[in-house]
Amino acid sequence: MSASAVHSLWTTAAEPIDKIGAPDIEYGQLSPTLIVIGAAILGVLVEAFVPRRTRYHAQVFLSVVALAAAFAAVIALAAGGYATTKSGIVAMGAVAVDGPALFLQGTILLAGILGVFTFAERRLDPAAHGNRVDSFAAQAASVPGSDSEKAAVKAGFTTTEVFPLLLFAVGGMLIFPAANDLLTLFIALEVFSLPLYLLCAVARRKRLMSQEAAVKYFLLGAFASAFTLFGIALLYGYAGSVRYGTIARVVDGTVGEVTPALAGTMGNDALLLIGAAMVVMGLLFKVGAVPFHMWTPDVYQGAPTPVTGFMAAATKVAAFGALLRLLYVVLPGLRWDWRPVMWAVAIVTMLGGAIVAITQTDIKRLLAYSSIAHAGFILAGVIATTPDGVSSVLFYLGAYSFVTIGAFAVVTLVRDAGGEATHLSKWAGLGRRSPLVAAVFAVFLLAFAGIPLTSGFAGKFAVFKAAAEGGAGAIVVVGVISSAIAAFFYIRVIVLMFFSEPRPEGPTVAVPSPLTMTAIGVGVAVTLVLGVAPQYFLDLASQAGVFVR
Amino acid sequence: MSFPLLTATAVLPALGAIATAAVPAARRAAAKWLALIVSLATLVLAAVVVVRFDPGGDRYQLTESHAWIKDFGVRYELGVDGIAVAMIALTALLIPFIILAGWHDADPVETGSKRWRPTQGYFALILAVEAMVIISFEATDVFLFYIFFEAMLIPMYFLIGGFGDRAHGSYRSAATAARGEEAASTQRSYAAVKFLLYNLVGGLIMLAAVIGLYVVAGNFSLTQIAEARANGTLDMATNTERWLFLGFFFAFAVKAPLWPLHTWLPNAMQESTAPVAVLITAVVDKVGTFAMLRFCLQLFPEASTWATPAILVLALISIIYGALLAVGQRDIKRLVAYASISHFGFIVLGIFAMTSQGQSGATLYMVNHGISTAALMLVAGFLISRRGSRLIADYGGVQKVAPVLAGTFLIGGLATLSLPGLAPFVSEFLVLVGTFARYPVVGIIATFGIVLAALYTLVLYQRTMTGPVKAEVEGMADLRVRELVVVAPLIVLLIFLGVYPKPVTDIVNPAVKQTLSDVEKKDPQPEVEAAK
Repeated sequence: MSASAVHSLWTTAAEPIDKIGAPDIEYGQLSPTLIVIGAAILGVLVEAFVPRRTRYHAQVFLSVVALAAAFAAVIALAAGGYATTKSGIVAMGAVAVDGPALFLQGTILLAGILGVFTFAERRLDPAAHGNRVDSFAAQAASVPGSDSEKAAVKAGFTTTEVFPLLLFAVGGMLIFPAANDLLTLFIALEVFSLPLYLLCAVARRKRLMSQEAAVKYFLLGAFASAFTLFGIALLYGYAGSVRYGTIARVVDGTVGEVTPALAGTMGNDALLLIGAAMVVMGLLFKVGAVPFHMWTPDVYQGAPTPVTGFMAAATKVAAFGALLRLLYVVLPGLRWDWRPVMWAVAIVTMLGGAIVAITQTDIKRLLAYSSIAHAGFILAGVIATTPDGVSSVLFYLGAYSFVTIGAFAVVTLVRDAGGEATHLSKWAGLGRRSPLVAAVFAVFLLAFAGIPLTSGFAGKFAVFKAAAEGGAGAIVVVGVISSAIAAFFYIRVIVLMFFSEPRPEGPTVAVPSPLTMTAIGVGVAVTLVLGVAPQYFLDLASQAGVFVR
Repeated sequence: MSFPLLTATAVLPALGAIATAAVPAARRAAAKWLALIVSLATLVLAAVVVVRFDPGGDRYQLTESHAWIKDFGVRYELGVDGIAVAMIALTALLIPFIILAGWHDADPVETGSKRWRPTQGYFALILAVEAMVIISFEATDVFLFYIFFEAMLIPMYFLIGGFGDRAHGSYRSAATAARGEEAASTQRSYAAVKFLLYNLVGGLIMLAAVIGLYVVAGNFSLTQIAEARANGTLDMATNTERWLFLGFFFAFAVKAPLWPLHTWLPNAMQESTAPVAVLITAVVDKVGTFAMLRFCLQLFPEASTWATPAILVLALISIIYGALLAVGQRDIKRLVAYASISHFGFIVLGIFAMTSQGQSGATLYMVNHGISTAALMLVAGFLISRRGSRLIADYGGVQKVAPVLAGTFLIGGLATLSLPGLAPFVSEFLVLVGTFARYPVVGIIATFGIVLAALYTLVLYQRTMTGPVKAEVEGMADLRVRELVVVAPLIVLLIFLGVYPKPVTDIVNPAVKQTLSDVEKKDPQPEVEAAK
């Protein structure tokens, strides 16, 4: 056979080259993500080219401006009707622009801005060799306790890489709840997870603990990612597509055509069930639901507290967003299969988180278990499978993320010689020593506990109401019981702060810069406003409660 | 739009609380006066409510209604019936006395941080509780009620846990006084946590029922739901209604408190200051019994009838058990707490006897119990503050040293045991008559509660006030002017309402008739008449 004959055979077998065409990218509708990712890349360049002296200011400025601009873009899209009257599937079907996506993106961006504020705090740690330092290691690469570490501290190095890392994480999180095909979902998952693993490892104090936390998070996270990826493969085998809408139609049985290459597997329900279970498992890991919660306490405790706050708030928002979309868009046809499982997960998550939290003696671990319990409450809303369920989850996520960031920001303030004084016994009598800080923290704890007139109550009421209307009365009862259990340990902290005698060697409360003050102030304000007058935000959430299919 | 009188009555103390809390640390006296003035102004507003209320008029008057949280079907709906008016008047009346009686309770012992302002906090919290209690009496939206029913736990919790009797526990030697203070602080926070957890659990169970009610009824408006129930448009399955009723009742029974959910009350009253103890038992707990009348009976009439036998038994146990334990107490404040449990048993008995005398008696009882307990407990507080001990055994012969104190204490005690001529007699009599008309046996057993009441009050008086003057009691000062100003009006009221209860019963009776017609109960006819 001559060479030209081979060539002609090849060319006839392949599609004509001009049919592929350039991908169609709707830059306007993707602008929030593009701005953030672009700024993150710019941030890497800043690291490389801007002198060390001005790097910190440049990074903080860049991050805040980028996040604010992205938030403005989200608002513009929402004002353009994308959340309510129209919606789009953009980037060749990879990303959905609809109400839930925009609502969650807005929440993540706000959490990101507050996160930048707490990252940038430089007044809490005592100055090292005359240099103001933040919560992050002088040089993450230097071995803890080594000479190179000392040299880095002496030279006044700081890890300003945290800002681009945060931006990358936010970028991934923006895509995650908006992802409209499984591969985009997976890539978004990795894009926001990898920076978070790194961020966990760069604490300035207790570096070994921080690195241990990062390794644990990474290993378990990698496991979960592998599960997700395997599940995606199985779902592809089942449906012949990774596109959400197509999978949903195959599940419903409305798509008849079979891809010849997959003729042996398509429509095999075993693949569907196993695949769906594995993808959902990966998401439940990110959410921190029992029994996939094991990483949460260690990572929350070991990570630098600003990172913990950001991660606890934003990851949860993104992951629940993705979970909602998966369950409501891809798998509504499987509702009767996944609902009982999610019931069980929600129940053990609520009870498990609340019960184990009682025995905790470290404030960060306590908040970690509390976040597990809250994941359970949110799952109660997810289970409802009604539009009300979606909007209640959206509202809860918005309310919860501000409380969380605020609470962890307060944790950074209470310090002793060894850095943050996170052991609960050290918080005794804080109310005497600095009533304002203790009162603010009490507000956050009461919101976590779901006391009326705080955002926590409105959120809890919304999800429980949705669950009850969705026929999950038992979930509501369990939720109420675990709320009572959870109230016990929140109140224990309040007792400790206000009714215990302060210890002579107790911690001091550092006076933060306006950055952290803003983060805490916004947290308190949102907590109270959403508690007293939640209507506007409930409206927002319920208008945004419809997924594009 | 007319002036929102009910809102104003609740908002005024709330604003007062914020203002009081904001008073600078050094201006303690200003904070006290501010709180007192605000509470008096609230009393004036409450008086306007009483005057503007027309007993013969609509069921709910002075109503206000605004959209609030549309998504939850929640409206900001206020309205008062006669029962609510009486309770608001009682609350607004007692708070100034509570503030005045606790004038020095929260003076800082040692100046810790410059920002530590216990005095401002104490009075601000009292006003905050007042605001929340008043609005929960006014709310005709179940959700609105629930929010403040729960939220009032938080200021109460800080009042109990943060402030206690000064220098109590003198049965310890002086050397261990410092350790005593620490132990007292531990006990206090135990009492506060117990209070909060009991009530929070009750509240959360009620939350499940509130959500259930919404799923069944689709809104939270008491008037709408009650109307729909009455004309049959809203039909609840028997079981649903019973579960919802139990959810509501559980929360109210914890708050009231009814045996066996009462154990937080003695701890809370014992550890808190006397004025706060009065606040708990005379004001906050009334929300529980009030809510039984307003919500349990109106929303779930059939379930209420169904549960009546069990509730009557619990009420009886409360009456007898509370009184028996009161007899055995060695601590003055614990004694008053158990006496209150006994009295709450009477109130619940009156409510669930389902007769008009019983329910008017129960409402009147709430008012009278508030006043009489305030009188007894506040005088007891004055006594305790003089000697630094709550133990009955540490006193003796006080009436020779401080006759006015002893005399007012005696009147408070006699009111507690329902001596004819003092206000509680009227209400207790009505409750017993009302109960007897329907459940004679229950009525007879309940009467033993009165006998026991005589025992515990008179023995208390005898042991503390009569007999030889104890060495530590000698030189005890009699009531000061401030203390007299607190006690005298309360005693005058006790006597006045004892002789002439008509002003209260006139306001209360039409509302009671309404409530009874909701449960479709008619008073049992006297047998002679029925025989004709």
